[in-house]
Amino acid sequence: MTLQEIHSLLEQEFGQSILELSEEEFNEYILLESKDWFEIATFLRNTPELYFNSLKCLTGVDYGPKEELMEVVYDLFSMEHRHHLTVKIQGPREEFHVPSVEFLWRTADWHEREAYDMFGIIFDGHRYLKRLLLPDDWEGFPLKKDYEVQEYYHGIRVPKIKPKKLTP
Amino acid sequence: MSDLVATALGMIVYALIIFGFLALFALVAVYLERKISGHIQDRLGPMRVGWHGMLQTIADTLKLLFKEDIIPANADRLLFKMAPYVLFVGTYLVFAVLPFGPGLIGADLNIGAFYIVAVSSLVVIGMIMAGYSSNNKWSLYGGMRSAAQIVSYEIPVGLSLLIGVMMTSSLNLTRIVDAQIVGLGGMDGIFGWNFIQNPFAFLAFWVYVVAGTAEANRTPFDLPESESELVAGAFTEYSGMRWAFFFLAEYANMWVVSVLGAIVFLGGWHSPIPGEDVIPGMLWFLFKVFTIVFLQIWARWTFPRLRVDQLMVTCWKYLTPIAFANVIGVGLWILLF
Amino acid sequence: MRDLHTEEMTINMGPQHPSTHGVLRLRLRTDGEVVTGIEPVLGYLHRCFEKHSENLEYPGVIPFVDRCDYLAAMNNDHGYAMAIEKLLGIEIPERVEYLRIIFAELQRIASHLVAFGTFGLDVGAFTPFLYAFREREMILDLFEMTCGARLLYNYIWVGGLSHDIQPGFVEKTYNFLDHFEPKIQEYNSLLTNNKIFIERTADVGVLPAEVAINYGVTGPQLRASGVDWDLRRDEPYSIYDRFDWDVILGSEKVGVLGDCWNRYYVKILEMQESAKIIRQALDDLPVDGDVQEAIPRKIRPPKGSFYFRSENPRGELGYYIISDGGTKPFRVKMRSPALCNLSVIDEIGSGWLVADIVAILGSLDIVLGEIDR
Repeated sequence: MTLQEIHSLLEQEFGQSILELSEEEFNEYILLESKDWFEIATFLRNTPELYFNSLKCLTGVDYGPKEELMEVVYDLFSMEHRHHLTVKIQGPREEFHVPSVEFLWRTADWHEREAYDMFGIIFDGHRYLKRLLLPDDWEGFPLKKDYEVQEYYHGIRVPKIKPKKLTP
Repeated sequence: MSDLVATALGMIVYALIIFGFLALFALVAVYLERKISGHIQDRLGPMRVGWHGMLQTIADTLKLLFKEDIIPANADRLLFKMAPYVLFVGTYLVFAVLPFGPGLIGADLNIGAFYIVAVSSLVVIGMIMAGYSSNNKWSLYGGMRSAAQIVSYEIPVGLSLLIGVMMTSSLNLTRIVDAQIVGLGGMDGIFGWNFIQNPFAFLAFWVYVVAGTAEANRTPFDLPESESELVAGAFTEYSGMRWAFFFLAEYANMWVVSVLGAIVFLGGWHSPIPGEDVIPGMLWFLFKVFTIVFLQIWARWTFPRLRVDQLMVTCWKYLTPIAFANVIGVGLWILLF
Repeated sequence: MRDLHTEEMTINMGPQHPSTHGVLRLRLRTDGEVVTGIEPVLGYLHRCFEKHSENLEYPGVIPFVDRCDYLAAMNNDHGYAMAIEKLLGIEIPERVEYLRIIFAELQRIASHLVAFGTFGLDVGAFTPFLYAFREREMILDLFEMTCGARLLYNYIWVGGLSHDIQPGFVEKTYNFLDHFEPKIQEYNSLLTNNKIFIERTADVGVLPAEVAINYGVTGPQLRASGVDWDLRRDEPYSIYDRFDWDVILGSEKVGVLGDCWNRYYVKILEMQESAKIIRQALDDLPVDGDVQEAIPRKIRPPKGSFYFRSENPRGELGYYIISDGGTKPFRVKMRSPALCNLSVIDEIGSGWLVADIVAILGSLDIVLGEIDR
């Protein structure tokens, strides 16, 4: 199925939550609202024509304090029908809540934990939302654009390194 | 009075000679193991210390002597210190009745074979002490597994040794060897040895080799100290001379297993060539013992290791019934022929 | 007599352990020797690769990408370079494509050799490890001859390669292939068909196909569960569609589909297939062409974001790249196959003995550099 067909199928079912469809090359996605995401995800996974049974990748993105936007990108794939879909959900930089889909695609379990760890995105309904890669008591969310390293960690001074120009 | 003192001194000297011999054997066995494993693995083994690495083990022993004695903070200190000695004692006691050649035996007990099987069970206590006292969950696992393994494999070992006893009608080790002078078709040499007298004895010899390897905690039965899973199993927290004692005990065990195999099944110090008596019996004896030692080393570097429940299955479901069948078979054979 | 009260014990297969393939910490809940739950604790090798890549220009990310999965560095480079080339729309010369395939497949053999050797080591067989590394040394010699490095190459650049191959490379590679192919029979007789090894690994840690897809398991681990999915054939990239080779699936020959033995055996057979591909590529290698002619002076991709995936020895390696039109990427996310492969261990490891956990972990073939990035 093409992106257009999937989009129209989704619009039929969920109308209000589908915000935008973008079809430019290297920028194909469907933008959704976060509140119905769990139902839409269940629909995407279980409908026989769509049957997206594989979540390829879950990425968190921070657009910086100027645009005041953060988003989560889901790359879905159906191994039966061999079609792809990219879904984006956008939200504010602080207190960004997204329904968790780790129950549907178990891949999302650790990927959501990593997104929480790096960006501070809170996935509602995740059964074990703890930091994955950093120690549990680390402060701050490193991959945000305005991240400042904490001063001290357990009494050890964390060195401040200015990003140098690495290429002339 | 001076008689008593002389006897006591004699016993102490004898014990020290045995200990010295054990240390020497451990030196040679470790070197052999490293060289053989190296060549099996397509590399050379130790080459630098001495000619082709001959002095390597001496260097290692010196290093171990100088190592710091580390005892974990929460370990049970008394048990921790006693464990290597208890283990070693269990193996060392066997040497009192083990012959080293014709006429070279500490105490020619009339119940030699029985004494050996009984006394070698003491090592289990040492293992459990080591595993428990280290205050380390992995060591505990190793100690428990080891206890289960040693206790289980004593049965096939004992039953296989029983074959030799039955064929000689005596528990005395020297007499078992002497009974293997003449055998099949009235010929001496290799045809006198126990392991080809009848098919059940042949089977019993291989059961003995497998069960003996398990008794000595060697791969494929080295789960108690499996390197990849439990770091070093029951011995994880030991370092320096204490660890060296465990090591010594393992090689002493290997020696005991091989010597018993050579005595009971391979004709002790009699030569395999009929009618030949130019080469001294002691050399033949050493040759046979080192053959079984080599078999054990070879098996270690070839096979993967068995899981703990597979180990138990091998013992109880396969080796023990086969050993019992062997005993019955040998008995019937002796009765009928 | 009072009922005996037994408790569950929590042990730590700590960051330093002979068989966790790197600094991985597993917290095991055990009841005696039976494991009832596994919780991996990650992050001991986290080096903030994704944060670094936002401060580097596009070609500068390649050495960092190498260091993520250090056992399959060529494949990492290849995936990243192809992703950027797709964004830019560059046409790659034929010779470069063939050389890239040769190096990627050689790296696949090397990585599978490490997986095979260390798996044997975990199960207790010490010797296959040294045999595997003996062959791997020959591959690393080939790499050193070409780009000077044995483990981390920075070789496959966006638009070309960093060095051309030396004269004598083709012949040396043919010699290696002639030496290597009979060795697989040797490995089979030593480990694959060994009764003790089969007892340790067959029927252990069975991963059903549906569970595998749901958890995102890919690569040889997925194919051993019977799912016929290989990115080189199903979403062909580079020039893989010109070669003739088979996709290896698990079988019920020994044990069941999806057990440790199958995951191991698929890797052995994949090495044979890779050797086939290398031979075909060497036979058709174009003789002349400059490997650096298509490398753009300044890499400034158009604005956009997309996800590109390629087949690593461990599975599906994906890059989600967001470009804002500048010379530095806005966001590079690496979807590592080993992370998804490891996440399945709680599901398939529960109910087995502690010794089996080691075998299952070895068969999943993880590299901590890739998991923690």
